Amino acid sequence: MNDWNELYLEVILDHNKNPRNNHELENHTHHADGHNPLCGDRVSINIIMDNEIIKEVSFTGSGCAISTASASILTETIKNKKRSEVEKIFKDFHNLVTNKQEIKTKLGKLAIFEGVKKYPARVKCATLSWHALMAALENKKEIITE
Amino acid sequence: MLFENIKENFPILEQKINGKNLVYLDSAATTQKPNEVIDSLNNYYKNNNSNIHRGIHTLSQRATEDYENTREIIANFIGATSSKEIIFVRGATEAINLIANSYVKPLLNENDEIIISQMEHHANIVPWQMVCEEKKAKLKIIPIDNNGELILKEFNNKINERTKFISINHVSNSLGTINPIKEIIQIAHQNNIKIMIDGAQAIQHLEIDMKEINADFYCFSGHKMYAPTGIGVLYGKMDLLELMPPYQGGGDMIKSVTFEKTIYNDIPNKFEAGTPNISGAIALGKAIEYISQIGINNINKHETDLLNYATSKLKQIDKVRIIGEAKKKAAVISFIIEGIHPHDIGTIMDSYGIAIRAGHHCTQPVMDFYDIPATARASFAIYNTKKDVDELIKAIEKCIEVFA
Repeated sequence: MNDWNELYLEVILDHNKNPRNNHELENHTHHADGHNPLCGDRVSINIIMDNEIIKEVSFTGSGCAISTASASILTETIKNKKRSEVEKIFKDFHNLVTNKQEIKTKLGKLAIFEGVKKYPARVKCATLSWHALMAALENKKEIITE
Repeated sequence: MLFENIKENFPILEQKINGKNLVYLDSAATTQKPNEVIDSLNNYYKNNNSNIHRGIHTLSQRATEDYENTREIIANFIGATSSKEIIFVRGATEAINLIANSYVKPLLNENDEIIISQMEHHANIVPWQMVCEEKKAKLKIIPIDNNGELILKEFNNKINERTKFISINHVSNSLGTINPIKEIIQIAHQNNIKIMIDGAQAIQHLEIDMKEINADFYCFSGHKMYAPTGIGVLYGKMDLLELMPPYQGGGDMIKSVTFEKTIYNDIPNKFEAGTPNISGAIALGKAIEYISQIGINNINKHETDLLNYATSKLKQIDKVRIIGEAKKKAAVISFIIEGIHPHDIGTIMDSYGIAIRAGHHCTQPVMDFYDIPATARASFAIYNTKKDVDELIKAIEKCIEVFA
């Protein structure tokens, strides 16, 4: 039985209502727009990177509760982390929500998105901001997911 | 009461989803199928399966007879002059593509114009964009107002000597608006323009008579009227169909073939190349018999009661806004809830066993008009009840509570 309680945890609802780092970022060094044309969600990620470390990060855009909370928690998670670390976290996060394999690192707060794996239609909501982040790190301007 | 036991005719509705009784409110996407339709498919493959039109043997004669008899059933149901005016297609989408390619494209010259409306389904936008691009023609759009009604006086502003065709939906799938097609068809004909009506969201709700509305072309999909997927109907006036070139080439659409010259078959076969969806067509006939048995006007009254009931209940909830408030609506309600994305509404609803649609409903220009990314949409059919609406309202209240 799918109970929405397992998906819409308090922390997710809180980040949806009061998203963190939800603003433009002046002087950003990396930026990408994530767009899911199927549901209309848009998330843009801005980063100031210094010596392969993410010094500042913000997001803008609009979407469902899962994509908004995911973007908000993403910004909290990756700040002051190395690019290589962030890439590992993305892989683990992706595995967590798609239920593909055991996760290797401790995902901390990101673990609250585990409930998404029971909702295949919502995986792309949880991962949109992460795909935008990866695109930004690779200096791509836009990523379209479906 | 006639409608109380109808759910029992639809075996799929007996199941539980996430531990709750299934409440199916997504019939505008596709309707569920009654036993009569499911049994028809079963019977065809168990007893009659064979190819049509060419067999000497008994099975082929049975299949051909049932297939062609369905054409008669459909012609009677929509008031066509002859069953030759009924072309079997995969669905409304294929019917529009057929007309775009076989009727409209040969008429088009550079800078000619085709008129559609802002409330069309992508299926009644993209085929026209494709032919316009190929022939360097232009697409003109009749706008809608805030209630989701076509601004009819715009037809006179948009029609000119370059206008070659008009294609408009009968009922909007995202707004529920019933368009005054008889009036629109009259406007087209006063200007000597042929017109197609996309009836995919109308045929299952409204009594429709081709002789009365006088449409040049009309189309609909079987699966939205209790029949299987992959079968639909294009109606066309006989004189127009006869003049049109075929859409696809192949078997069944020819009289004779030599490498020097091929002679095309007469209508309707000219437009039915290859082995068609025989079982689907026959089951569509059963679906129409099922509808006729209940009576399309009884169905309309039942669904309108549900629509009015749901509308008044939704209006009592402060945070809910109904998108599409035309005076005449079919049993479709699009809505948004302040501060809650439609996809989150859809997921919460599903956890209560309620199936609604959340998204842009293949009508992105409508979403752009209202400046919203998506809506939640509940749509009703003969098997829905006021209790289903009550479940919907309860779940909406739950959504508001969760996201408060």
